[in-house]
Amino acid sequence: MDNLLSIITFIPAVAAGILALFGRGQDAAAQRNAKWLALFATSATFLVSLFLLAGFDPANTGFQFVEDGEWIMGLHYKMGVDGISVLFVMLTTFLMPLVIASAWHVETRVKEYMIAFLLLESLMIGVFCALDLMLFYVFFEAGLIPMFLIIGIWGGKERIYASFKFFLYTFLGSVLMLVAMIVMYMLAGTTDIPTLMAFDFPHTDMALLGIHIAGGVQTLLFLAFFASFAVKMPMWPVHTWLPDAHVQAPTAGSVVLAAILLKMGGYGFLRFSLPMFPVASDILAPLVFWLSAIAIVYTSLVALAQSDMKKLIAYSSVAHMGYVTMGIFTANQQGIDGAIFQMLSHGFISGALFLCVGVIYDRIHTREIDAYGGLVNRMPAYALVFMFFTMANVGLPGTSGFVGEFLTLMGIFQVNTWVAAFATSGVILSAAYALWLYRRVVMGELVKEALRSITDMSRRERAIFAPLIAATLILGVYPAFVTDIIGPSVKALITDYHAALPAADATQVAQH
Amino acid sequence: MTSADFSIVLPEVVLALYAMAALMLGVYGSKDKLAPVISWATAGLFVALALWIGMGSGEGGTAFGGLFVDDSFSRFAKVTILLSAAAVLVMGLDYLQRGDMLRFEYPVLVTLAVVGMMIMVSAGDLMTLYLGLELQSLALYVLAAIRRDSVKSTEAGLKYFVLGALSSGLLLYGASLTYGFAGTTQFDGILSTLDHGAPLGLLFGLVFLLSGLAFKISAAPFHMWTPDVYEGAPTPVTAFFATAPKVAAMALMARVTHDAFGGIINDWSQVLAALAVVSMFLGAVAAIGQRDIKRLMAYSSIAHMGFALVGLASGTAEGVQAMLVYMAIYVTMNIGAFAFILSMERDGRPVTDIAALNLLSKREPLKALAVLVLMFSLAGVPPMLGFFGKLYVLRAAVDAGMTWLAVAGAVASVIGAFYYLRIVFYMYFGKETEGVEIRMAPVQWTLLVGVALVMVVGIANFFGIEPAAAAAALSLVN
Repeated sequence: MDNLLSIITFIPAVAAGILALFGRGQDAAAQRNAKWLALFATSATFLVSLFLLAGFDPANTGFQFVEDGEWIMGLHYKMGVDGISVLFVMLTTFLMPLVIASAWHVETRVKEYMIAFLLLESLMIGVFCALDLMLFYVFFEAGLIPMFLIIGIWGGKERIYASFKFFLYTFLGSVLMLVAMIVMYMLAGTTDIPTLMAFDFPHTDMALLGIHIAGGVQTLLFLAFFASFAVKMPMWPVHTWLPDAHVQAPTAGSVVLAAILLKMGGYGFLRFSLPMFPVASDILAPLVFWLSAIAIVYTSLVALAQSDMKKLIAYSSVAHMGYVTMGIFTANQQGIDGAIFQMLSHGFISGALFLCVGVIYDRIHTREIDAYGGLVNRMPAYALVFMFFTMANVGLPGTSGFVGEFLTLMGIFQVNTWVAAFATSGVILSAAYALWLYRRVVMGELVKEALRSITDMSRRERAIFAPLIAATLILGVYPAFVTDIIGPSVKALITDYHAALPAADATQVAQH
Repeated sequence: MTSADFSIVLPEVVLALYAMAALMLGVYGSKDKLAPVISWATAGLFVALALWIGMGSGEGGTAFGGLFVDDSFSRFAKVTILLSAAAVLVMGLDYLQRGDMLRFEYPVLVTLAVVGMMIMVSAGDLMTLYLGLELQSLALYVLAAIRRDSVKSTEAGLKYFVLGALSSGLLLYGASLTYGFAGTTQFDGILSTLDHGAPLGLLFGLVFLLSGLAFKISAAPFHMWTPDVYEGAPTPVTAFFATAPKVAAMALMARVTHDAFGGIINDWSQVLAALAVVSMFLGAVAAIGQRDIKRLMAYSSIAHMGFALVGLASGTAEGVQAMLVYMAIYVTMNIGAFAFILSMERDGRPVTDIAALNLLSKREPLKALAVLVLMFSLAGVPPMLGFFGKLYVLRAAVDAGMTWLAVAGAVASVIGAFYYLRIVFYMYFGKETEGVEIRMAPVQWTLLVGVALVMVVGIANFFGIEPAAAAAALSLVN
């Protein structure tokens, strides 16, 4: 199949179109049809994407399943995956059926809800497959529209503030990246990502408005991309939109946001910042390390102080993304392997944690930690599942959370011991807030009147958690499933990166 | 005066004669009863002329000793003007009929304005420029005040007239200075005097000319009339103001800057860049507080003119091409948006309050979706066509070494996104209140949904306007 990637990307969009055109009425039957169609389309996407995984050759470090076609403005419709992106595609296709299934009880404007998620899936897959700068940008930015609507229409009380903040914050970050992309187009004369990865952007020091800029144009471009990806990640101190968005978004929206959308930032760093601006990355890596270390410690402390469950998990996400950014800019095999691993594993774990909150929110309609307590008495199965993902979040060996944290910390230790020491303390803090949350919600006597009649997880809910538990365990016990696929591509990335650096030093020396 | 000259201006002549005939018919015929028929006939003629000009294979040339230029550039602009005028003319009929405002003068005035615009974009001489501009403007002044018994409409017409006269004065002063220092009013003549450097007086003339034209495209800081006139004029007239005249004035600006002052690009490009930045930011910031959708569209058009000016300010053929593509997309989006605004009413009276759109998506899912697409397109969010328009002009700016201008444009577009999002917010997230009724004529429905579809589908290949715009830009900049 020559256009497998396009098929995978656009199955959900086509389903959304069918739903928009033929889904009539708001009665129960129409709602049920919309849900089933969405579930069917996302499942079909997942099944087709298995062909992608099966046909993928890890030893080949170039792009595979490449499609290329002329587009407007001299741009190209070019798609392809390598070892770094293929697993993100799989993560997306794997999670989306679960997300749809978790939204089964939604009753307001079901058709629109399903259309929004289907479009979002297409756009997210597109981001990971795009091999043309502008195509990437289009997918990257277009994802804001459905997410804006998901938060704004189906969100909580403060949903309007949250949706506007989410949109404008990320939009501001991205338009600077757009200008940088245009500049890159003008410098290199192409928007082809593989070509740009090999292109040597100018990096001689320069002065702008009297400020000396080490790394010159590369640094400016790097910062423009950084503005976008750091907001998306999100990194401290531009993370403030995330807790608002998470708290207000409906459960399924939170899951997509935490599990997939945040990964676009990390993916962007790996696809653009590191290979295209190696000199600037090298110069600015310490800044990223310290921002990440602060994120890990500071947001973990903030998480300790939260009274809202979703907010707590949102801050925990920021902390975990700190490991990712730290790992990426170590530019060594363990660091980057770990960063990618951490992103995938966080996709399962944070998604599952938001689903855990969703389960009890659907029953009691509050996210206040104080409203709960002693759930283990009435909901043993839930207590077990929540326990599992709490431990995975903490990074218990045997779960995927451990592998990611361990690898990134090992990577950073080789580069910057102080940051490593600082960041490691985050592991303890994460144990503190996660276990404390678990104790307050699940353990103890069941004394709250409202909880007396709470029911345990339904069969549908158990079915949603089962694949997530399996994935977390398998990756925790046998991480080579992932590292075998990403390893060669990461290795090639690192080789190119370090090859670009001494060359840069040499030109700098020659000029002095 | 040879027949060759007349064959070049034939479309304009046909249209002018038609306007006279329609006027006669209206006066001696059964007056306003004929208005709908005349309107449809006028729109049909516009489309026919657009096809004629667009398909025309003649190599063009100049007529009347260089007073009138027919080239790919003018053709592109004329086709855009004619098609948008046709769409706006027919989509407003229903609204005018309901408000008992449809007089036979309406299509006649629109036709005369269009003749003026066609002369503007073909101007090869300062005299032709002024002639076309005044023909257009005088028709527009009357159109703004066409609702004679409404204070607001009359006020809008008067305000537009006074400020328009002022801008014409500025323009004429600039033209006389230019003539004084260049010794000719012909664009080629002015261009050749510039070979020996530009005297200060000529630069003054240039600045006055540009100021006068900036009034017409409502670029800040010459925008003050726009919100009031947009709000006061009947909505179909507002829709007309927002589309064809903007294209004509913008094309004229490109014509003057490149054909007459092409030798001193650096001098005018800074002026245009300054106008662009001020317009983009003013349009974005001032629209935030607006409650009236017509005023909001006024500020939106100011911001959009700023973006189109970014393309022009780059001073390259790519810049002109970007401007043309941007204007074509802008006009299309505005037609769709106004098709919707025209249909907003409550108890049979037009409504322009944004808050009235509350939860429209529940009652009118398809129309709300179309407006949503349009709003995101106006805001320049991918994957809508509006984004590619912005990409075009930003690329032209970066290409011309004006990265700072591109950064300014990008930041302004984020601020601007806020108020477009607010419309989406009312339609989708709002609270249930006394809402608006949407009463749509089939024409309006077709245009709204059609434009929304174009915004999404158009990203596949721009419907082939790209090469046309490129050829147009090359014929202007050589």
